[in-house]
Amino acid sequence: MPKIKATVSIRECVACGCCMKVCPKNAITIPKGVFAKINPKLCVGCGKCAKECPASVITLEVTEK
Amino acid sequence: MKQKKKWYDYLWIFSLTYLILGFFNILFAWLGLLCFFIPIIISVVKGSKAYCNKYCGRGQLFSLIGGKFGLSRKKDIPKWMKSKYFRYGFLIFFFAMFFLMLWNTYLVFAGTKELNQTVKLLWTFKLPWHWAYHGTLFSPGVAQFAFGFYSVMLTSTVLGFVTMILFKPRSWCVYCPMGTMTQLICKAKNVTSSQKEK
Repeated sequence: MPKIKATVSIRECVACGCCMKVCPKNAITIPKGVFAKINPKLCVGCGKCAKECPASVITLEVTEK
Repeated sequence: MKQKKKWYDYLWIFSLTYLILGFFNILFAWLGLLCFFIPIIISVVKGSKAYCNKYCGRGQLFSLIGGKFGLSRKKDIPKWMKSKYFRYGFLIFFFAMFFLMLWNTYLVFAGTKELNQTVKLLWTFKLPWHWAYHGTLFSPGVAQFAFGFYSVMLTSTVLGFVTMILFKPRSWCVYCPMGTMTQLICKAKNVTSSQKEK
């Protein structure tokens, strides 16, 4: 069944961590200070991170998994 | 599932207090060096942007005013503003101005220039700020640095405030020179692993 997941454009991400703070599932980490990483297993596709991202580089995408 | 607030979620109080203190005694501006050295030390030692992610009081202040109080249009930032050219260009410009300020401080320390009791907003507008100067126990250069550093902090706050209103609350984070610099340090430290991710 298709699911909605948040994805980060890692080239444009500024690694500020705004997304991490609003994620209700703690699915986002900035492991090495370079870009945000979303754990697709935890992401529920709520879109809070996409709304918060100051650079608007997070999008919601439909995945098959 | 709302995340429980931690002690560092209140660091916006520190940022706000810092700005207010600068109106009463300019020498408090020296405290701003913490916002300069802590992120660099964290990125160099730990290879992370934990400062931006957790401890940045200014970011929290923008989140609060723009987010909770709603003083933001919450629109997307223009593409050019998040481009690498602009971010790196702004970093270079910001540091060029910073070193110019250090040079002026040096001249006052050396006694070749008189203490200038003004705060320079946006690197251009000289605001009289003599009321916040009550003398210094050391060289007037100490005060000159304080005026210069407070100018840097006030200018970046004003810029952040304007972009907070026009775009998203924490738009400043996109082009914040400290953020760009610490991200570059992290990139340099983790260059091999980040390449693997792509």
